[in-house]
Amino acid sequence: MIKSIVKKGEYFDSVSLMIVGKDITLMDNVIDATVVMATQENKSILKTAGLYLDEFEKYDDTDLLIVIKSDFEDKFEEIFENVNNLLIEIRNKKDDQGSFTPKSLEGAIKIQPDSNLALISIAGRFAGDEAMKALKKGLNVMLFSDNVSLETEIELKQYALANDLLMMGPDCGTAIINGVPLAFSNAVNRGDIGIIAASGTGLQEVSSIISEEGFGISQAIGTGGRDIKEAVGGLMFISSLEALKDDDETKVIVLVSKPPHPTVLNKINAKLNEISKPVVSIFLGADADMVEESGAIAAKTLEEAALLACAISDNLDTSKVAEFLEERRLSYGAIAEKEVKKISSGRKYIRGLFSGGTLCDEAQIILKKDINNIFSNRSGDEKFALADSWTSKEHTLVDLGEDEFTVGRLHPMMDFDLRNKRIIQEAKDKETAIILFDLVLGYGAHADPINEILPIIKEAQEIASNISFICSVTGTEQDPQNRSKIIKVLEENGVIVMPSNAAAAEIVNLITKEIK
Amino acid sequence: MSFKKLFGKKVEVVNVGLDSFRDDLEKQGEKVINVEWTPPANIDKNVLQILQENKAIIEAANEKALEIILNGKPYLVGLDIARNVIPGMSENLLLHSGPPITWDRVSGPMKGAMIGAIIYEGKAKNFDEAEKLAASGEFQFSPCHEHETVGPMAGVVSASMPVFVLKNEEYGNYAYCTLNEGLGKVLRYGAYDTETIERLKWMEKELYPTLKKAVDFIGKIDLKNIIAQALHMGDEVHNRNRAGTSLFYRAIAPAIVQTCDKQDVVAKVLNFINGNDHFFLNLSMPVGKVTLDAARNIKNSSIVVAMTRNGTDFGLQLAGTKDSWFVGAALVPDALYFPGFTKEDANPDIGDSSITETVGLGGFAIAASPAIVQFVGGTANDAVNYTLAMYEIAFGENNMYQIPYLNFRGTPTGIDVTKVVEKGLTPFIDTGVAHKDPGIGQVGAGVLSAPMDPFIKAATGLAEQFGK
Repeated sequence: MIKSIVKKGEYFDSVSLMIVGKDITLMDNVIDATVVMATQENKSILKTAGLYLDEFEKYDDTDLLIVIKSDFEDKFEEIFENVNNLLIEIRNKKDDQGSFTPKSLEGAIKIQPDSNLALISIAGRFAGDEAMKALKKGLNVMLFSDNVSLETEIELKQYALANDLLMMGPDCGTAIINGVPLAFSNAVNRGDIGIIAASGTGLQEVSSIISEEGFGISQAIGTGGRDIKEAVGGLMFISSLEALKDDDETKVIVLVSKPPHPTVLNKINAKLNEISKPVVSIFLGADADMVEESGAIAAKTLEEAALLACAISDNLDTSKVAEFLEERRLSYGAIAEKEVKKISSGRKYIRGLFSGGTLCDEAQIILKKDINNIFSNRSGDEKFALADSWTSKEHTLVDLGEDEFTVGRLHPMMDFDLRNKRIIQEAKDKETAIILFDLVLGYGAHADPINEILPIIKEAQEIASNISFICSVTGTEQDPQNRSKIIKVLEENGVIVMPSNAAAAEIVNLITKEIK
Repeated sequence: MSFKKLFGKKVEVVNVGLDSFRDDLEKQGEKVINVEWTPPANIDKNVLQILQENKAIIEAANEKALEIILNGKPYLVGLDIARNVIPGMSENLLLHSGPPITWDRVSGPMKGAMIGAIIYEGKAKNFDEAEKLAASGEFQFSPCHEHETVGPMAGVVSASMPVFVLKNEEYGNYAYCTLNEGLGKVLRYGAYDTETIERLKWMEKELYPTLKKAVDFIGKIDLKNIIAQALHMGDEVHNRNRAGTSLFYRAIAPAIVQTCDKQDVVAKVLNFINGNDHFFLNLSMPVGKVTLDAARNIKNSSIVVAMTRNGTDFGLQLAGTKDSWFVGAALVPDALYFPGFTKEDANPDIGDSSITETVGLGGFAIAASPAIVQFVGGTANDAVNYTLAMYEIAFGENNMYQIPYLNFRGTPTGIDVTKVVEKGLTPFIDTGVAHKDPGIGQVGAGVLSAPMDPFIKAATGLAEQFGK
């Protein structure tokens, strides 16, 4: 049976509520439970989850719904009391700073008058207004929230540019400004390589590889994925190019995105013609000659883009980069051969389980060089769109950070549960040959990913000892999780850890060819 | 484009949203401040837009309103009987706290107080008679606020009751308030028994003339000055009036002794004031009233000039919307209850006493009053944080009322309804709690945040004026 209590006018942010919700479902006698603000979206989620009660109709955005499903009528009171305690705990945790927490942007600026950047991650329908408030107060903005309308994005960016302000996002997860990693970003060296990216994990991969190579970042600007669409017209992408052109600390510029809309690409190319600094571009999935005419050096992978930038920074010959990568690829033959032997007959499919959307895209592009039929929830080709993202079909690559997986839960970089379940699910599938996955480190990501994923890998290996586990770790030595430590533990446990997402896909290609 | 305001500067972040982003930046030693963000009020987008578009006009009007509020010079200038001085007062009129209300909707304590007043006026002998009279339509009911008057809790004022007379010497307007009866079974909490009525009679026959003579003898008493000192002595002059009462006692006692020739009356009157820590509440309230009334009718101003409850409804009036009331349901306060009572017994919020918050005192000044922090969560820090939060919805800061702990910063003053709805943050009010049934009296004291609904209506009302 389902019972609920409603707390009128008690606001909690969704992350706090997800944490509470997760704890409740672990309580004794609870079959299912949820704690949400009574927004329209949440109400429809409750309906689909079968946790909706008619009385919820009269509540709205600022009311808190606590819904419990249990078979034990006499336990509800105890359960609700426990929930209450959890909420008090999480509220107190917020307040235990002791000092005053301002209730508004305006109040915050009064206390910290030299504030120059607002990092906004509230629900999308409020985020646009908040971002505009920040811009009007003269703050640069990193807008992490998604579900902000296209019109709002354009309005925000136009206002920002008219006032020489940086407006990153909406849906901007990664940026490193003046050496400070914001939201989902890695701890990188400072240096002379500037990055402009319309892709968060793409930016993480490129900036981390640069840093691990011993080079550094001047600025890493995230624009949000829609900036390079026709409607937004590359407003922030192009303005950032101009800013890095004039930035004395930036010697080389790297552009990271999906292929921009042709009209936007034209504008980018026009701007590139004004820039004498070397520019490396990685437009994932674009034709190689798409950018060449503008004089930018086109990379085929995120890793190549990073290495090209390093070579330029070091005044080295850039042609050596492609040679090095090809040689390295060939050297993977021996590892691949060993893995092929491990995989028992009948197992023939790749199952790629990604937390980074761009990493999922890149792996697909590389794998498609040799494999035609790859199904995905991020496939550009309708023929290969997964009918059901929760179930793999033949070769499958899924991005677990897509909305269909993240409604009502944290992103897979923070909450491993969903991917962990999927790993077990794939291990049980007798046709799975390779489980390919990414691990993204850095700020924002889970503080202890090994503790989350290692028991699952071990469990999967027990279910099927004849599967190959391939992984790459996006991150740096300075990241709070420490990249080399993570790699060491994974390798000790039979996981093949490749130096980059691209390299991981390359070796999967080699293995797959052999097991066919 | 160079992003010169950012590149090369030390990054200082305002984090609105996920706490973990703040934590990560703090770990790296970066400068970051968190916003405890709550959604804005559930209000029509057009209203917000109109208010936003007319921001400059509204702020100019608010500057004017604030100036009047800060310049107010509230003095106690005398005492009199309600029928002689309160505008529109008549024998069959009962004034009450809060926005307008009809007999069929009055709450228990309001009902009790009205019945008590009818008995006190000699129009009925007992509850049943008085109830019949009240329901018959023979009596009219009207908000104190519409008669230059304020009253604590039920706030019932009838024609024979003595009142303090306050004058705003800067602007020439007056305000009135009854004399405080003390704690326990009292009219303002809905008691109407013999003890209550006899006390009221004594106040009329002995306390009133004695105080009147004393005040006349002194001439006038500067109440703004007393409140400013009381704040330095641990009062916020809503839930704590011990310092204010003591200061008033010092001011009035010598004059009482000099002007009253009956020693037993002197003793009784002085003991009565001395024995009632809330005696000064009935002076701090009309101080708020006489100060804020001067700021009424300032076109386009979004500053609140009255914020009050009648035990059923919570009502607001703005400087810029003339006599309109914006009304929503009154809430039940979070309170500490006297032994034997619980939240079940509590009546929804009641009284004109939130005029103190409206003028920058009470809950807005609670940081000055560490002695009553058990009402707000137990630590002095909680109290300070409540006051700091109120700066977010106040248009200005007071020039006379100061918080010692905040380096004598002026209290947040002038509630700006546009800020309330934009930030989704309502005023914080200290209050006493009445039993929901007539005749029982006070059951606790506590705090509450005002309901959002009246503020949404007020913002909408103001915005509609721009539409015309």
